[in-house]
Amino acid sequence: MSLDSLYQDVILDHYKKPRNVGKIDNYDVGMELANPTCGDVIGIHLKLDDEGKVADAKFHGHGCSISQSSASMLTVKVKGKKVEEARQLIADFYEMMKGSEGDYSKLGELQALQGVAKYPVRIKCATLAWKALEQGLDKKEGVNDGESQ
Amino acid sequence: MFDVAKIKRDFPVLQQEINGKPVAYLDSAASSQLPRQVMEAMSRYYETSHANVHRGVHTLAERATSAYEEAREKTARFINAPLPQNIIFTRGTTEALNLVAYAYGLHKLQAGDGVIVTLLDHHSNLVPWQQIAKLRNANLYMVELTDEGLLNMDQFRSYLKQGNIKVVAVTHASNVMGTITPIKDIIRDAHQAGAVVVVDAAQSAPHMKIDVQELDADFLAVSGHKMLGPTGIGFLYGKGKLLDSMEPFQMGGSMIGLVNYFESNWAEVPARFEAGTPNIVGAVGLAAGIDYLTALGMEQVEQHERQLLAYAWDRLSQVEGIALYGPREPRTGLIAFNVDDTHPHDVSTVLDAEGVAVRAGHHCAQPLHKWLHTAATNRASFYIYNDQQDIDRLVSALQRVKEMFGYVAR
Repeated sequence: MSLDSLYQDVILDHYKKPRNVGKIDNYDVGMELANPTCGDVIGIHLKLDDEGKVADAKFHGHGCSISQSSASMLTVKVKGKKVEEARQLIADFYEMMKGSEGDYSKLGELQALQGVAKYPVRIKCATLAWKALEQGLDKKEGVNDGESQ
Repeated sequence: MFDVAKIKRDFPVLQQEINGKPVAYLDSAASSQLPRQVMEAMSRYYETSHANVHRGVHTLAERATSAYEEAREKTARFINAPLPQNIIFTRGTTEALNLVAYAYGLHKLQAGDGVIVTLLDHHSNLVPWQQIAKLRNANLYMVELTDEGLLNMDQFRSYLKQGNIKVVAVTHASNVMGTITPIKDIIRDAHQAGAVVVVDAAQSAPHMKIDVQELDADFLAVSGHKMLGPTGIGFLYGKGKLLDSMEPFQMGGSMIGLVNYFESNWAEVPARFEAGTPNIVGAVGLAAGIDYLTALGMEQVEQHERQLLAYAWDRLSQVEGIALYGPREPRTGLIAFNVDDTHPHDVSTVLDAEGVAVRAGHHCAQPLHKWLHTAATNRASFYIYNDQQDIDRLVSALQRVKEMFGYVAR
């Protein structure tokens, strides 16, 4: 596996020119997570509209090209999506990071991160933003609240 | 004559290619590689002498016990401990430091007592004391750094003057900044103030001659896997009087005197601190690593690394956009650095593709990285099997990093 297939142009592009950087005041979904092995931090904020679709998505924090580009592409991808659709994207992304065979065309440019699955220590970099999104949605929907935990 | 090419041939793992290139292993501060001689000593032990130690009277049990106790004697000689009984085998530096925190700190500290730690300390010499201080309502004091990355000795002495300091936990050589601390002065001053000193020597003992009696150290912790030995073995040196006065850390077999229904008493030191079947083959491997280093001579090892360090510092300083952390002197054979704004994980991945192994991350020193205003660093570290070519490879691989990630507009 060559370096160029890990660091594809689309990844370097999102790293050097990250989209949707910042925070949202009064966000509906928000979570910040750290990767304890490297100290990287990513926060995801979403604003939902009346129909429960993602009206705005932003990320903040610092990290490597993989974690930053993954977060940047995430924010682009989830805009306009319903919460269930966002959850499906999360599931698809995790599946891709496991290196499972499959059709990931729905993930669009995020498929550029497929090569990360071949670098086990870097998978956590790619999934950090997605874990933040997932836990933010769980918090919003009360998945971890109460006795069901 | 320090013959690196000959030394390198003793290390099978360095004879291979990684990603199609010969490996330049610059991560010995995390874990060093094992020479053939150490692996042979370990398999010889299993082939000829294995049984449990300190129990059983058959021949194999006797051989295993003498192999284990000979390892203790060699280890004692290596750091000039007065007696083999000053050496307690542990899982590594971390367990050795936790042993001091729990078997000494937890029992001896009173509410209001003070423990001094430093910003150069690895989490393993910091976090146990945070925990013990909390349990005993003791106070923790952090010695920070000068701009050059040296310990702020004025701050250290002002803490000592408070009169409540009972323990000073300090590293001998920083695993990030490379800083070698003025350990002899620290120990002298601490003793004058009535405190004991716990020295983390994980990054110094593999690289320089240590004489615990000359230093007058109270406790000193070392890992075997950073000095040519296997993982899972290390040791704690402790002064006899202190060890004798301490309660055990773990309870079980081998560490007891008499066991009754509801209470027990303890074996003599060092058995008191080695509950359960120990890592016998690990001790054999550690001793074989000590033999290898002793044959080279620790002064020669240190001198070789100093030469490499000077060369590496010079070459790395010339890389555009590089930041080197820590003082130029006094420093051990490692350099932490960052290149432009490129994240250490990206640097490390690109270097790996070129066959160059460095460490990337916060190196178990989060407070220090906060002080440095960086989340993480890269770290290249040198040992007996490294040569100038390894450093040349590092420098040219860094050019590849710049080609790939350079000019990030932020």
